[in-house]
Order: sequence, then C-alpha cells, then structure tokens
Amino acid sequence: MIALTPDEWEVVRLSLKVSLVAVAAVTPVAFAIAYFLARARVPGKLLIDALVHLPLVLPPVVTGWLLLLGFGNNGPIGGWLNAHLGLSFMFRWTGAALAAAVMALPLMVRAMRLSIEAVDRRLESAARTLGAGRRRTFATVTLPLSLPGVCAGLVLGFARSIGEFGATISFVSNIPGETRTLPLAIYAALQVPGTDAQVFRLAAISVTLSLGALIASEWLARRMGAGQGGHVL
Amino acid sequence: MSFEVRVTKALGDAEIATDFASDAPLTALVGRSGAGKTSILNMIAGLSRPDRGRIAVAGETLFDAATRINLAPETRRAGYVFQDHRLFPHKRVRANLLYGAGRGGGWIGFDDVVALLGVGRLLDRWPRTLSGGEAQRVAIGRALLSGPRFLLMDEPLSALDNARRDEIGALILRIRDALRVPILLVTHDEREVERLGAARIAIGD
Repeated sequence: MIALTPDEWEVVRLSLKVSLVAVAAVTPVAFAIAYFLARARVPGKLLIDALVHLPLVLPPVVTGWLLLLGFGNNGPIGGWLNAHLGLSFMFRWTGAALAAAVMALPLMVRAMRLSIEAVDRRLESAARTLGAGRRRTFATVTLPLSLPGVCAGLVLGFARSIGEFGATISFVSNIPGETRTLPLAIYAALQVPGTDAQVFRLAAISVTLSLGALIASEWLARRMGAGQGGHVL
Repeated sequence: MSFEVRVTKALGDAEIATDFASDAPLTALVGRSGAGKTSILNMIAGLSRPDRGRIAVAGETLFDAATRINLAPETRRAGYVFQDHRLFPHKRVRANLLYGAGRGGGWIGFDDVVALLGVGRLLDRWPRTLSGGEAQRVAIGRALLSGPRFLLMDEPLSALDNARRDEIGALILRIRDALRVPILLVTHDEREVERLGAARIAIGD
C-alpha cells in the first residue's frame, strides 16, 4: 500500500464529499421526477422527460455554461439563493456538487423510473382494500418494491458524479481544495510536463474508488436479494 | 339487504350492466369469462368507478352516482380475495396476514385465523414459495384479519386441484357459518354454486 500525499488526500476527500452531497441532494428530486414520469398522465410529460434528459445529450460544457447563467451570483436562481439563503455556488465545492447532481439526474431518473413502472399496481389495489390509504400504500408497497431501482440509481449517480468533469470545470473552474475533484486534478496534472507519476497515481486512485463503489453495490444487491427475489424490507 | 348493486360501466366497446340485491349469507355471481364479473367486484371494492348507479352493502351506501357518494377503497372495509391472490412478495406470510390488521374494528384474532385456515406452519415463508392452495388460504386470512364488513372472492376455487377445491370450499362454508360475514363470490362454474349452496345471480346474459 503506497501512502497518499496530503494533496492527494485532499483531492480524494473533496471528490467523495462532492459526490456524496450531490447524490444525497438529488435522490429525492430524482425519485419524485421518476414517480411523476412513471405514473402521471398529463400532457406536459414529454417536455419534462426531455428536459431531465438534456444533461445526458448536451455537451457537458454547455450544461456548465447554462448552470453559470442560472446559478451564478447574478443569475436568476443563484442570485435569489445567495440573497435569501446565503447559498453561493460560484467557485465553491457546492457548485461542483450542483454540477455533479445535474449530470447524475437523468441516469438516476431512468433507473428509478423503470423500477417504479415495474411495480405491480394490483398489489397497490390490494393494499387499498386492506385499509391502507395512498400514503401507507406508497410507503409499504410502492417504495419497497421499487427499492432495487432506487439503489441502482444511487450507484449510477455516484459513479457519474465522481467522474464528472466538463460541466464542473466550466461552471466553477478548477480550484485546488475547493472544486478540484479527481478528474480535474488529473486534467491539471496532464497540463504540466513531467508529471507522469502523479497522473498515474491519481488515475489509480480513480480506478480504485470506482471499483470499490461497484463491488459495494454488488454486495449490497446480493444481501438485499437474499431469500426473496431481490427485494429489501 | 347484504348486497344491493345497480351499476353500469362502459369498458371499451362493451358495457357492464347489472342490477341485483341479495340477502343470502353467500351469493354467487355466475357468468362466462369476460362477462364482467370481476369488474363488478372491483366496483364494489372501490377499485373502479361505475358510470352510473348505486352500491350498498349491509345497509351502508358505498357508491351513489346521484348523491355523489364514492367511498375510497380503504374506507369500504371490503375483504377482497383476489383471483391472483396478490400477496405482497416482499413480506413474509405473517406480515401479509397482519397487513390490514392495524385498522380498528377487527372482529377476529390472529390466532383464530391461523387455526381456522391452518396456516400456522407457513408464517415464516415467503409468498413465492407457497402452492396455489396455500396462497389462497393466506389471501383469505389476510382479508379476514382486516376486519371486513363483507367478503368478495374472485374465483376462489377455480385454480385449484380437486382435493384443494374441496378443502377451500369447506373453508368458505365454515367462514359463512362461523363468522356471519356476507360473502359475494364470483365463479364461472355452475357446480360450485350448487356445492356451496349460494344464491345465484347471473351476469352478462
């Protein structure tokens, strides 16, 4: 085991913080959108579907630039958040988390939507006849049965967040200790001649983190699936 | 009257229309498959909404188009035993049985239901490991434990082999006699009506 330098630790810590905060913050949003897309029967659905998927098809640089317009301190949303909640995204790790969250959103919505659509609605009817109102039916039937997709969404979202580069660098730049996550640190090192060893080390850390996440999720899925065909609770 | 049902509902090209009242302890809706028998059960349970008409069970109006009464399914206190059982796959048998037991007004205890249905050794099993007859008994037990004011049973005997059919048939008669809860069941088999001594209501002719 080769010990990490303090600088490398800082990059790893920041990457994990940005990704975990991004996924934690975007999960309820993603689930709500997925539930809406899976269940609602309204005319505007296609438009919302397209908007959610936009970060998946746009060049990430464009997404970053749009975030800059909207969430910059003079932007309509960023200005309001800054004035009323004191929440600023500019050149801060919170901005990196926001960029990661927006980029992760479509992948998470897709995974969650599929599993919500797969929930057998006849089971929800059964719960209703047994005296469960809409909320209890949701909490005891719909949510637990869609949990495998929610977990898949979390893993995908985390993986996407930890690899996020383009939107982050164009939205909040590449500032050591604040917005320089793993991919940005690798990019910065690549700009300087004679840093092969540094790039190699960072890349190895990157592979280790991603592999760790994959193995952890696989282990979790197996544990959850024990005895009952892939469902938890 | 136990069941008073007068409803019409358009389903695609077909229209389901029925008008019956029964005060028998056990009433059977009989008709060929596709006649809309299950749709009528769904309307009584509140899972689907009639276009017109009125539904009352044991003197309580559950639906009335004229006065805009339409109780939510969770407030109708129907013990609905579905043809496909609909046991919750993520809960063991015990949790399935107890799912509806939380609401007040339960008139039969867990131990009594377990003894009546003979499901004691199934309590820790997952639904997907149950045979058809076992799942049927658990579904009946789950409905009974929710404290129902009436039972709806959709083809309770049709998917079973002969031995199981006799067993579940005897069970239905025991529920009728011991528990005094009005039962409305659906079948396509005239012999079942006879065997169970049910009041016969023809659907879709």
